[in-house]
Amino acid sequence: MTKAIAIAAGAGMILVYAGLMLLVVPSIQLSGAKPPAEAQTQHSAEEIRGRKLYVSLGCVYCHSQQPRDPAQTPADRERGWGRPSVPEDYTYDGPHLLGTMRTGPDLFNIGARQPSVDWHLAHLYNPRAVVSWSTMPSYPFLFRETDIVLDEMQEVHLPEEFLPSEGHIVATDDAMALVKYMLSLDHTYPVEKLTAEEPEEEADEAETETSSLDATGEGSAS
Amino acid sequence: MTVNIAFLLAMTLLISIGGLFVLVWALANDQFSVGKQAARTIFAKGELGHVEDQATPQADREAMQVSSHHQLEEADAEELYEREFLDRSSRAPTLLWLSSSVVWLVLGSVFGVLASLKLHMPELMVDHAAMTFGRVRPVHLNMVAYSWTSMAGVGVGIWLIPRLFKTPLVGGGFAVAGGILWNIGLFLGIIAVLAGFSDGLEWLEIPWQLAVLLVIGGALAAVPLILTVIKRRVQHLYVSAWYLVAALVWFPMLYITANFPNLFDGVQQGTMNWWFAHNVLGLWMTPLGLAAAYYLIPKITGSQIYSYSLSLIGFWSLALFYSQVGLHHLIGGPVPSWVVTLSIATSVMMIIPVIAVAINHHVTVAPHWRMLLHSPTLRFVELGAISYTLSSLQGSIEALPWVNTITHFTHFTVGHAHLGVYAFIGFVMFGSIYFIMPRLLNWEWPYKWAISAHFWLAFIGFFLYFWALTIGGWIQGLLLVDPAASFQASVEVTIPYLVTRSVGGTLMTLSHIVFATHFWIALRRQGPRVEEAQQLFMRGWRRKEAQA
Repeated sequence: MTKAIAIAAGAGMILVYAGLMLLVVPSIQLSGAKPPAEAQTQHSAEEIRGRKLYVSLGCVYCHSQQPRDPAQTPADRERGWGRPSVPEDYTYDGPHLLGTMRTGPDLFNIGARQPSVDWHLAHLYNPRAVVSWSTMPSYPFLFRETDIVLDEMQEVHLPEEFLPSEGHIVATDDAMALVKYMLSLDHTYPVEKLTAEEPEEEADEAETETSSLDATGEGSAS
Repeated sequence: MTVNIAFLLAMTLLISIGGLFVLVWALANDQFSVGKQAARTIFAKGELGHVEDQATPQADREAMQVSSHHQLEEADAEELYEREFLDRSSRAPTLLWLSSSVVWLVLGSVFGVLASLKLHMPELMVDHAAMTFGRVRPVHLNMVAYSWTSMAGVGVGIWLIPRLFKTPLVGGGFAVAGGILWNIGLFLGIIAVLAGFSDGLEWLEIPWQLAVLLVIGGALAAVPLILTVIKRRVQHLYVSAWYLVAALVWFPMLYITANFPNLFDGVQQGTMNWWFAHNVLGLWMTPLGLAAAYYLIPKITGSQIYSYSLSLIGFWSLALFYSQVGLHHLIGGPVPSWVVTLSIATSVMMIIPVIAVAINHHVTVAPHWRMLLHSPTLRFVELGAISYTLSSLQGSIEALPWVNTITHFTHFTVGHAHLGVYAFIGFVMFGSIYFIMPRLLNWEWPYKWAISAHFWLAFIGFFLYFWALTIGGWIQGLLLVDPAASFQASVEVTIPYLVTRSVGGTLMTLSHIVFATHFWIALRRQGPRVEEAQQLFMRGWRRKEAQA
C-alpha cells in the first residue's frame, strides 16, 4: 500500500511542479501587462455576439490570430498579417482564439486588411464567390432568401452564378454580427515593446510597416 | 532570453548528470535485484515461457511456442484457476467500458472522415450549422479522445487491476456507474458542441457544466483501483500498476484545472490550453497505453520484460518531462519565450523515457519476432509500441524551433498526432481487446480473417493517412514561411494530399466497422466455435489436471 501511495504522491507532485512552471509563473509574469489604449475600447454587443459565433462555428480550427515575429519568419509580415502579437493584445480575450492551424490565413488584422462589409458577406455566403481557390466552407445558414429587399435588410451582392434563380440573398443578424466582429480585428496600433525580452530591430521595423497597413484585400494578402 | 536559455540548459544538463550518477550508484549497489522478481509477478509459477494468444487458432499458437525457444515447465494449475476468478471479478465493468469504446470508435471515425472530406470538398453538407467543419472536427476529436481511447484505456485498466494485484476486483459496481455517467456526459457534451455550445478551447470543447459528469464518472472508475490496492495480496507492484495509479492521479488534476471556469484569460488561457492538451496525451492516454503494452508483451511472448530497472527510469522521466512539453504548441506565439524554451528543452529530454521504454518493449519482442507472423494480438500491440517510439522521437524533433517554424500551423501536426493517438494507443487498445475479450466471454473470436482484415485495412489506411499529411504538411509549411510564395499556393498544394488522407481515413473507418461487427458477434457468443482453442482456457487446465 505504501508503495502505491508513494507513486501516487510522486506523480502528483511532479504535475504540481509542471503546473507551477507552465501556468503559475507565466501568469504572475503577465499579470502586470497593461493593454495599450487602443485595445481598451469596449467591444460592442454586436461584436461580442459575432465573437461567440466565431467560437461556436469553430473558425479557430483553420484560422490563427497570432502573426509571427519576422525574426522567426518574415512571411507573416510580408502577407500583410501585421506585427507580431504581444500578450497585451489579448487581455480581454476569453476564450482565447490563438489557433494552431493555417488552413486559412491569419485573421489578427483581417478588419484592417479587408474592411468591406459587402466583401465579407459575399465571402461568408460562398467563399468562392470572391476567392476562386478558397477551400473554406460556405455558411448559407447565416443568410436567407427574400423576394423583396426592404430598407433595413442587408443584401448580399454576388456574381450572377452564385445567386439563386429568383429572389435576393440577405444577411441575418448573425451574419452581420460575425462580420462586425471580424472588422473589429484590427491590431495595427503600435505597442511599446514586443515580448518582454525581445526588443529587436526587426521588430521595430514591423511596427512601422503595420501602421501603414491598409485594406489590401484577400487577393494581395495571399 | 539568452540568459534564460542558458540557465535552463544548464539545469537540464545538471539534472541529467545527476540522474546518471544515481543510475551508476544504483547499478553498483545492486539496487535493482528486486526487479527480476517484480517483473515475474504477472506470471504464475512455471508459466514463464508459455505463449498466450486467444485470438488465433491452435496451430498458430503451437508455431508461436516453437519460436519462443523456452524450456517449458508445467504452469501452476491452481494459480491459473485462480486467475479465472480474477477475470470474472472485473467482467461487468470491463465489458461496459470496452463495448462503449468500440461504439464510439465507429461514430468518431465517421465524423473524422466527414471532417477530412470537407477540407477538400468545401460545399459538402454546408446547409446546417451542426454539420459545419468547425463543429464536425471537434466532435471527431472528442469522440476518439475521450470516448474511444479513454474508455478503452480505462476498460483495459480495470481488467488489469485484479491480475496485477492478484486480488479480485473490489467495488466493480462503482466502475459500472462511472462508465454509464461517462457515456452520458460525452453524449450530452457532443450534442452541445454540435448545437454550438462549445467552450471554444481545443480539447476542452465540452461545456464545463457537462465535463463535471466526466469528472464524477472518472472518479467512480478509480474507486475499484484504490479499494483493490488496499486489499492486494502481492508484494511487488508491477510496472503497469505504476502507470495506472499515476494516470488516475493525473487525469483529474488536469481535467479539473483545465475546466475550472474563469481561471485564466487571454494568453494565459492559451498557455493552460496547451499544457492541458498535451498532457491528456502524455499523462493520460500514454500511461494507459504503456500499462497495457507492459503487461501484454511479456504475456503473449511468455518472457519477462527485458529490464525492469529501465522501466523505472522510463516511468519517472516520463512524468518529469512529459508534464512540461505542452508549450511547444505556441512556439513563435505571444507567450513569454522562457516558458516555450522550457517546453522545447523537456520535449527533447523525452528521448530518455522513450528510449528506455523502446529498449524494454522491442528487445523483449526481438528474439521472438517470428511470433508476429502468428499472433494478431502481438502484431497490434508491438506495432503500437513501435509507433510510440517513432511518434515520440518525431515529437522531440518537431519541437526544435527551426523544424517547428515549418510544421506549425500545418497538416503535418495532425499526421503526428495520429501517429501517437491512433497508431500507438489505438493499436495497443485493439490488441488488448483481442486479448481480453475471449477471457471475459469464454468465447473465441469467431473469424480469424476478420482480425486480419481489421489489421491490414487499418495499417494501409493509416500508412496513406500519415504520409499524405506528413509530406503535404511539410510542403504546405515550406510555402507558408516563404515570403515569395502566395498563400493561395499553400492552400492549393495540399489538395491532393488531403484527398489521399480521406482515402486513408476511409480505409481506417472500414477496418473499425469490421472490428465492431466482429466484436458484436463475439459479444453475443455467435459465429463458429473453434473447439480446439478451448485447451488454453483455464478451464482446460483444470480438465487436464483432472485427467492426470
